[in-house]
Amino acid sequence: MHIVVCIKQVPDSAQIRVHPVTNTIMRQGVPAIVNPYDLYALEEALRLKDRYRGRITALCMGPPQAEAALRKALAFGADEAILLTDRAFAGADTLATSYALSAAIRQIHQGLPVDLVFAGKQTIDGDTAQVGPGIATRLDMQLLTYVSKIVSLDLAAREVVVHRRSEGGVQVLKTSLPALITVLEGINEMRFASLTDMFRAERHRLTTWNKDDAHIEDATKIGLKGSPTAVSKVFAPTATNRRAEIIETQSGQPVDLAATLVAKLFSQRPEVALAMKPSSTHDSRGSA
Amino acid sequence: MSEHFDAIVVGAGPAGNTAAYTMAKAGLKVLQIERGEYSGSKNVQGAILYSDALERIIPDFREDAPLERHVIEQRMWVLDDESYVGGTYRSADFSKPPYNRYTIIRSQFDRWFSQKVRAAGALVVCETTVLDLHMDGNQVVGVRTDRENGSVYADIVVLADGVNSLLARKAGFHGELKPRDVALAVKEIHFLPEQTIEERFNVKGTEGVVIEMAGKITQGMVGTGFLYTNKESVTIGVGCLLSDFKSRGIAPYALLEQMKAHPAIKPLLAGGEMKEYTAHLIPEGGYNAIPPIYGDGWLMVGDAGMFVNAVHREGSNLAMTTGRVAAETVIALKAQGKPMIARNLAAYRKALDESFVMKDLKKYKDIPDIMDKHRQFFTAYPRLVSEAAHTMLTVDGIDKKTKERAIRKKFTLARSAFGLFADAFRLWRAFE
Repeated sequence: MHIVVCIKQVPDSAQIRVHPVTNTIMRQGVPAIVNPYDLYALEEALRLKDRYRGRITALCMGPPQAEAALRKALAFGADEAILLTDRAFAGADTLATSYALSAAIRQIHQGLPVDLVFAGKQTIDGDTAQVGPGIATRLDMQLLTYVSKIVSLDLAAREVVVHRRSEGGVQVLKTSLPALITVLEGINEMRFASLTDMFRAERHRLTTWNKDDAHIEDATKIGLKGSPTAVSKVFAPTATNRRAEIIETQSGQPVDLAATLVAKLFSQRPEVALAMKPSSTHDSRGSA
Repeated sequence: MSEHFDAIVVGAGPAGNTAAYTMAKAGLKVLQIERGEYSGSKNVQGAILYSDALERIIPDFREDAPLERHVIEQRMWVLDDESYVGGTYRSADFSKPPYNRYTIIRSQFDRWFSQKVRAAGALVVCETTVLDLHMDGNQVVGVRTDRENGSVYADIVVLADGVNSLLARKAGFHGELKPRDVALAVKEIHFLPEQTIEERFNVKGTEGVVIEMAGKITQGMVGTGFLYTNKESVTIGVGCLLSDFKSRGIAPYALLEQMKAHPAIKPLLAGGEMKEYTAHLIPEGGYNAIPPIYGDGWLMVGDAGMFVNAVHREGSNLAMTTGRVAAETVIALKAQGKPMIARNLAAYRKALDESFVMKDLKKYKDIPDIMDKHRQFFTAYPRLVSEAAHTMLTVDGIDKKTKERAIRKKFTLARSAFGLFADAFRLWRAFE
């Protein structure tokens, strides 16, 4: 079994600041971390490896510093790590990124056939959740998004059964391999690497691929050139200064509190009060 | 796991990084263990980088190190409630390369340094805490970490685990830190546009200003304050003896808030946006507080060994120097095939004794005690000096001689003639 796990190095969004003058995101000095959702994907792949044996290849596209993210994946137990890095990839949106990553996975597949590709449900810097599905589409793989549990994997029958979170419930889905799975947060708890693993990760010689190594066929589909997305404006919403108000009544009874609240709301929005009035006759669909 | 290294360095601050870098560069098999997510993630300093100590190991550091501004002006302020008396030294000479001092942001600088350590060939493992030292009798033979298969062995363990070295205390190499020997410092980084900094501090390009402060801002506690200009931010902080914070019941952040509200400081920060708040312990006990710094199979460097010159606000350069000297000691013993036992490692202490590190610390060995016992230096004098300046500079028809007499009277009333003489004598003795 061979699993490719896509990971991305992202700025720690908890520490991002918006430049007070230019209103742009200040990335300088913000620590880079592995996209937290990708760690759930990696751990899920590691658990499958624990059960069924096999190999895990961690794949990351990014600048040379993204090496740190791959070393982390190696420490946790990935067998191989490939850093897809080339100036030509710079400025890529999700379309160009999924094109480049799928080319790389096709190349990895040439070396050792890939059964599963794992990715986090989305990244914390872009929040689009588009790259995973983009890769699956380009590689003609079955796509399972928002997976909350991997129920079973049958390598002989080449089938996987998963729980997928959907609106209002859980879908139980079975599909054939190869498949791409994007996993939800909280699906598992990351392991703690042993000191031996830490040494191995630090000493591992990373594989670095440029666009030619990844056999990118159409150079107009990568980087800024291959990215139709245009960011027209980045801004920080201005802080509002609305105060919370605590409603109290003499009795403290919920019914009195509710009545006071409703009266207050109606007094602020008389039009709503008017629309609501006929509701006592039960035939109005007036809504606030 | 029973991998064996020539040396294990615990900690990745300036001392640990210098030690690991120097040993790895000399071809030793070095393992460095850091508890933070990366070198610099937990490290806190003002922060000023003194070029000399770093230049000795990485002469071309200016080419790629993340430096903020080179310091061309130093101001010393003694503050009263509403005023300050001070001196400034500014020289265009400081703007001629190579620059002597820089402001830095440690989380960025330490990361850069750690890259150099890796490139030199050391194995650097982060997010790993050393829990214990492995002993064979009196000889330290390795460390035990919090990871599975977490024991690893070496000929020598360099303790660079910072102020409050828990490892050294656990192993019984030194006792509990005394609150009197450490300062608690808090600082904030305030974002300000480059242009604002240039205008406000009268600098251009990468020039920067340092303001060191003493006086009423510490509310009678032994300590100092500081303000440094970075590229696009200003660092402001204050530190006082931990024992003072304890006995006075003053909250460090409240002290900093009050300092920021001082009429001389407030305009320097106006319009800024606070980006970061950090606190750190600084070993300020000086020469007399230095614990044993070597033993069978171990050496202690940097803050762990109390290597801070509180009078001159120097620490990172002492850390780098002790790290380098420790590494050189190990390299020499290794080359001679000598065992890493206390008798041989004593060369480390000897080399430090002959360097500026111990000479400076020895020179000021009585200062911590004097400052602690004679609070007038932080209370009465700032007020008296400020009042004297105010009297002399106010033009109100009173002749200067009368003014001088009034000032003198104020001083003698506050401290008595003998007290003044004794204070002067104390300082002269301490700084001599």
